[in-house]
Amino acid sequence: MSRSSVLATRWLATLILTIFASVALAAGDAGQVKTVKGAASVLRNGNELPATAGMMILESDTLVTGVDGSLGVTMADNCLLSLGPNSRLAIDQYSFDSTTHAGKFDASLAKGSLAVVSGKMVKQSPDAMRVHTPATVMAVRGTDFVVKVD
Amino acid sequence: MGAIIIGLYAAALMLFGAPPQTVVVLPSADGHVGTVVVERNGEETVLHSAYATSRIDAEGGEHRETSSAAEVKKEFGVALGALPARPVSFNLYFVSGTDELTPASKLELNKAMAELKRRSVPDIVLIGHTDTVGSLESNDRLSLSRAERVRKALMQQGLKAQRIETAGRGEREPLVRTADGVSEPRNRRVEVNVR
Repeated sequence: MSRSSVLATRWLATLILTIFASVALAAGDAGQVKTVKGAASVLRNGNELPATAGMMILESDTLVTGVDGSLGVTMADNCLLSLGPNSRLAIDQYSFDSTTHAGKFDASLAKGSLAVVSGKMVKQSPDAMRVHTPATVMAVRGTDFVVKVD
Repeated sequence: MGAIIIGLYAAALMLFGAPPQTVVVLPSADGHVGTVVVERNGEETVLHSAYATSRIDAEGGEHRETSSAAEVKKEFGVALGALPARPVSFNLYFVSGTDELTPASKLELNKAMAELKRRSVPDIVLIGHTDTVGSLESNDRLSLSRAERVRKALMQQGLKAQRIETAGRGEREPLVRTADGVSEPRNRRVEVNVR
C-alpha cells in the first residue's frame, strides 16, 4: 500500500474502532440484530436469550417479541426482517453464498407481524425465499412486504 | 423444527380453521414493486402491485384488496419502524497497477465513514469485483484477494478480523456491462457495503 492509502486506511480503522460496538457477520451467522425495543428474545437450543443489538442470529433460531416488543435483523444477504409486538418467527433454514448469491431462506411466522425487505438471494433465484404462516406459504420475489397473523 | 411445528399446527388448523392473516406488498424505497405469491391449499394468489393485499378472514375466506399507506401504517407501523437501515455501498478504485486509492475513492471512503457513524450497530462487508478479463474461477479468486487486501490493511491498523467480512463476486456483478475478456477499470473495484 502506498503511504496515502495507508494513511487513509489507518484513519478508517481508527474511526471504525471507535464506532464499532459489535462484531460483523462471521461465516455461519445468518444475520445480526440491529434494532431492539421492549421485550424481545431469541430461542436457541432450548434456551431463551434476551435479544440485544449486535447479537448474531443463527439458522434454527426463533425470534420472539412481547406485548411492547419489536426486533429488526439484517441477514447475511442484506435481507431485512422486523417483527412487531407479540410475534414469533422461526428461521427454519438459511444459507447464502456471497460469491454466487445462491441461497435458501425459509422462515415461519406463527403469530404477530413481520416486515420484509428481500435481499440478494432472491435477485439471484426468485424461489430462494419462502415465508410460512399457519394458513399459507409465501414465495418472495424481490420485494418489500408485510404480513400479519392474528 | 419451526417448520415441523408450523406444519403440525397447520394440520390442526385445517380441522379448526387457521387464524386470520393479512399480506400486503409494498413499494420499496426506490419505488420498485416486486411480487409475493401466496399459496394456500395448492391455490396461488399473486400480489404484484403497490399495496396489493390478501386478507384471509376467520372463516377462511380470502379477500383481494388494495390497502392505503395509512392502513399499512396503522396495522404494521411498529414492525416497519423496527426495520434496520438499508445497507449502502461505496465503490473504491485503485490507481492502475497499484494499491493506492484514487482521489475520488478517498472521498468515497469519507462517505462510507459518515454512513458508519450514522448507524448504531454497523457492520461492513468488503466485496471485491473484477472485469471480465480472465476465467470465472480466477476472477473469483482475484476479487476475494482484493477484498482481503483492503481488510488486511485495516487489520494492520489494529482492526480485529471478525469486524469486517469479505466476499469475492468475481466478474458476476459489473458496474458496466461488457463482453467477455474486456478490460474495464470501472469494474475493478472493492465495494464497501455498510449495513
